[in-house]
Amino acid sequence: MNMKRLATVLCATAATLTAFSVQAQQRDVIQIAGSSTVLPFSSIAAEEFGNNFSRFRTPVVGSGGSGGGLRQFCQGVGVNTVDIANSSRAIRPNELANCHSNGVQEVIEVKIGYDGIVFASRAGAGTFELEPEHVFLAQARQVPRDGQMVANPYTRWSQIDSSLPDQDIVLAIPGSNHGTREVYEEKVILEGCKKFSEITDMDSGAQNDACLAMRTDGRVVEIAGDYTETLARLESNSNTVGVFGLSFYESNRDRLQVATVSDVVPTIDNIISGEYPVSRPLYFYIKGEHIGVIPGLQEFAMFFISDMTSGFGSILEDVGLIPLSDEERQEVLTTIREKRAL
Amino acid sequence: MNQQKNATQAESTTGASGMAAQSDVQAKVTASLKRRRRKEKIFRGVGLGSVLISLTLVLILFINIFSKGVPAFWQTSFEMDIYFDPAVITIADKPEQQPGETFADFDDRLQAWETELGFVNFNRLMTDAVAPLLPDFERSQTRFIMQMITSGEAHALRNMVMEDPSIIGETKTLRLLTSANVDVWLKGNIDRDLPDSRQQLPAVVRDWADYLYAEGHIQNRFSTALFMNPDSRSSLASAGLAGAFIGSFYMMLIVIFLAIPMGVAAAIYLEEFAPKNKITDVIEVNINNLAAVPSIIFGLLGAAVFINWFNLPMSAPVVGGLVLSLMTLPTVIIATRATLRAVPPSIRSGALGLGASKTQTVFHHVLPLAIPGILTGSILGVAQALGETAPLLLIGMKSFVASIPETPFDQSTALPVQIYLWQGNELRNFFEARTSAAIIVLLMLMMTLNGIAIWLRKKLEVRW
Repeated sequence: MNMKRLATVLCATAATLTAFSVQAQQRDVIQIAGSSTVLPFSSIAAEEFGNNFSRFRTPVVGSGGSGGGLRQFCQGVGVNTVDIANSSRAIRPNELANCHSNGVQEVIEVKIGYDGIVFASRAGAGTFELEPEHVFLAQARQVPRDGQMVANPYTRWSQIDSSLPDQDIVLAIPGSNHGTREVYEEKVILEGCKKFSEITDMDSGAQNDACLAMRTDGRVVEIAGDYTETLARLESNSNTVGVFGLSFYESNRDRLQVATVSDVVPTIDNIISGEYPVSRPLYFYIKGEHIGVIPGLQEFAMFFISDMTSGFGSILEDVGLIPLSDEERQEVLTTIREKRAL
Repeated sequence: MNQQKNATQAESTTGASGMAAQSDVQAKVTASLKRRRRKEKIFRGVGLGSVLISLTLVLILFINIFSKGVPAFWQTSFEMDIYFDPAVITIADKPEQQPGETFADFDDRLQAWETELGFVNFNRLMTDAVAPLLPDFERSQTRFIMQMITSGEAHALRNMVMEDPSIIGETKTLRLLTSANVDVWLKGNIDRDLPDSRQQLPAVVRDWADYLYAEGHIQNRFSTALFMNPDSRSSLASAGLAGAFIGSFYMMLIVIFLAIPMGVAAAIYLEEFAPKNKITDVIEVNINNLAAVPSIIFGLLGAAVFINWFNLPMSAPVVGGLVLSLMTLPTVIIATRATLRAVPPSIRSGALGLGASKTQTVFHHVLPLAIPGILTGSILGVAQALGETAPLLLIGMKSFVASIPETPFDQSTALPVQIYLWQGNELRNFFEARTSAAIIVLLMLMMTLNGIAIWLRKKLEVRW
């Protein structure tokens, strides 16, 4: 009798799960995942989209970092995979290949605007006027000195350059799951590193290794979480210099003070003009196969890129997104309209 | 207790034998008395100290959370007369279903009407209402007014018109939430002495906010937004817990209807029916092991099995509920078995002796006596599941969801995850308080559940 009951229960469970699976075949809400830098912009665009188009449901925006988002995105085609991956860097060739091998053939790249990367310290701590080579010297495992590489001897910023504050070196940088990290390495560390003849004399493979190797004495902290975690670091140790997105800094101007890089203050104007060196485009990637299957996918992309949502004077500019130029916007809109895949 | 007795005995014997020579044992006991009493004192001191230290820590935590979070239940809001100006809301009559018209056609017309309504500038209604209240207001400053009101209110006005177009042309007294930054400024959560370059609001808006607050147009009121609204990022001041609450509610329903019946059934079978052999020993050990498995592993399992294999939707309470059910199952089984074991065997023997079958014995006699314990265990299991975060992060429930889920299959967050999400919001000045408020709500729910468990135990307690 017990066996019979057990069998009934098992059958019921199986039936319920099957019913669930059938239910899951129709999804009418867009699923987004990825970069935490893009997340605020994407969330606001999603919410406004839901508010303005009563036909469509408000898209759901997840995080997980650029790398994590693209990995989820490339898992395959189907209702239980995400439709859009946010990324604060361009998709890498190996990621694209992974996408293709999992059946995601149509990856549509959409550039949404620009964002600056800023160095900020706690308000009230010393003011920094950084050069890329300062940051390199602060975080490298080995630094060039008198024609050879020696273990990093610097413990205070003032030892690197007398113009910098006499303050312990503690640097909070984004973890490798963040797209920001890649841009930070490319635009700051490599830039600063290659100003030394000791480095440029090496062969090219060794150069990158020497530039990117980080000291391991606890002065460089990799933050895997959000910028709030970086902020918490700054609040617990006032010596810390953190790497933030410009929009995060703008929301917390009362707590943070920003460093100049190569004597340029990071402002929206300076980033648009290209004077501020550390800026990068932000992207999202649409799964072409899902257009027409998930209602509103293409419309959402068009809405996001429209001048009304992400142009000058728009709600996204208010929260710190640096808008695309008009030509770029037209080009991106055409890409979406014609579903041009990478 | 025993020690004291020994001590008094030792003393009395000393007294009885007077000045006579003490035996070796008595001498030893007397000599050790001091040391033993000191040991007791030290232990009592350490015990009391631990209690005091943990109480202090809990107190610090509570004071910290409550002092930050309680003010967030009050939000600054405007109270003003909004004139639904027909000159601004120029829109055709709301379509009504004609006789003979199919629903699809009607729906198309309704959609078109709603789209048209979307083009109406509802901000204008608010700026027109605020502008006359301001001294020396110039038309060019209109955009600053919108920095004072949270952007979601325009949609709220639109929804009012959408529901009842007859209000066009009328004036209504409405409460509109101020923007998050005005709330921060008026509550002093940002240093008011900072220079312009480090303030979030322009000087003119800050002066206006102070003026309107002094005049009573803006007041700090108890806000229902925190309870009634889903999460929001474009209109931060109206971000609320409703979506997360409903998500958690669905998950708890699933846990209650899945984990508790299954757990109780498994426990009854193992305790009352199953033969005692190697296999049941293995099962027993494994249930105990399962209870010790870190919750995040259930999340990994959920992502692999429920989402990838059964194709259940991501970020949906149904998956969360299933994962949390798995997690709660061992707790329920262990609690139920302990309660069943506590029912005296005499009751079973009595029932069996009077001719009841095994099943009748269990269901008519043992189970009713075990109900209070089972309920307590289940409620504590549910409370634990309610506060669980880690497995939910892995099944995509940490997404930003701006709508209240209608069914357990809709995307949603959960209360503890919402706390995590708000903790990560970039506008720290506003969301630090709001996060603490969300923690208070979750704590209250947990305490209520635990309170019910204690009350049930007290009320239904059986003494043998």
